[in-house]
Amino acid sequence: MTEKEIVIKNRAGIHARPAALLVKTANEFSSELFIEKDGEKINAKSIMGILTLGATYNSVLKISAEGSDEKKAVEAIAALFENKFEEE
Amino acid sequence: MDKFRILDLLQLDLKENDALDLSCIGGRPGLIREITVPAINRPGLALSGFYDNFAHQRIQILGRGENAYLKKLADEGKTDTLEKFFSYEMPCCVFTNKYQPTDDFLKLSEKAECPILQTGLSSSDFAMRIMRVLGNIFAPKKVEHGVLVEVFGIGILIIGKSGVGKSETALALIERGHRLVADDVVEIRRVSGNILIGSGAKIVSHHMEIRGLGIINITHLFGVGAIRDRKQVQLIVKLEEWDSSKTYDRIGATEKTMDILGVKTPYLLIPVRPGRNIPVIIETAAMNERLKKMGYYSAKEFNKNVMKWLESESARAAFLNEQ
Repeated sequence: MTEKEIVIKNRAGIHARPAALLVKTANEFSSELFIEKDGEKINAKSIMGILTLGATYNSVLKISAEGSDEKKAVEAIAALFENKFEEE
Repeated sequence: MDKFRILDLLQLDLKENDALDLSCIGGRPGLIREITVPAINRPGLALSGFYDNFAHQRIQILGRGENAYLKKLADEGKTDTLEKFFSYEMPCCVFTNKYQPTDDFLKLSEKAECPILQTGLSSSDFAMRIMRVLGNIFAPKKVEHGVLVEVFGIGILIIGKSGVGKSETALALIERGHRLVADDVVEIRRVSGNILIGSGAKIVSHHMEIRGLGIINITHLFGVGAIRDRKQVQLIVKLEEWDSSKTYDRIGATEKTMDILGVKTPYLLIPVRPGRNIPVIIETAAMNERLKKMGYYSAKEFNKNVMKWLESESARAAFLNEQ
């Protein structure tokens, strides 16, 4: 299991477009991917799940993955957050 | 769970039989106080001066009796017992029947920053409703990745890996006249000991994500008849890609269950393969579940008949052999 904590840096938070990008990236990996906020853990391969997190600017999320490509998966997801989902 | 504050209680969207009809009439700064236990207390004994074992951490309900006593205190001009009362940290005081607290009571509550709420309900009604509401809020909770639908009155939680076709199956069921409760994120609470109640997250409620279509609004597309806010989880169906090396249940005489929050729920594993009409299979599973609830277990009854027949056949063979 690989875990990483990240902070949301894009001002608008996670709305539909970033969520779609997240899910697209998550689906490129075979590992089980999860995102956790305030103790609520959802599947990172589900758009609706990600949207329900209500992840706003500066909220802290924990990405976790389990599977054969878990390290790469977590890195790829974290990179999206780092790049502010190619926004701004 | 996050802290549940008085403010959250006031902001709950409760309808009809659940409505608490609360409004804040004093001690507003105290609205940030937290409710820590799902319990209520009638502070009659405390108000009269007996503070041993005073359950101050509970929601205090003041009804007709307490109200009359407060009036008497006001007439006599006594405030010392009220001062003692407010020296305890209480989540809030609720006046039922729209009773108006005395001026002394309000003044002291402002000073103590203890929120004073008012409801139009009677004490017994309010007590019953608030216990139900708090019971739901403090119930053990779990989020499941799946779709919750109601099929022929049975709440079915469809689970399975991402991309196996959960949402598509649910969509086909909705199209056939069944109801969607929640897609993708199903919040399950255990209430009254062993009942699992599933509901969706408010923001995405009754929306679905269908690959190729995007996000669709089920209420607008299929009407209010196609949705429901919450439903008991009575059957779990796991969809799985057909694995030829695996043996699937062919008879169904043994009941399998899956544990959610400690409640054993009937569970079916259904393999998905082109040509298998999953919505029809799920409809059938729902009807079969209803039969079981009515006391008729198809697979077991069938096997009973087979056994009876075998018995009579062997008796016949034995009889013929003797002749």
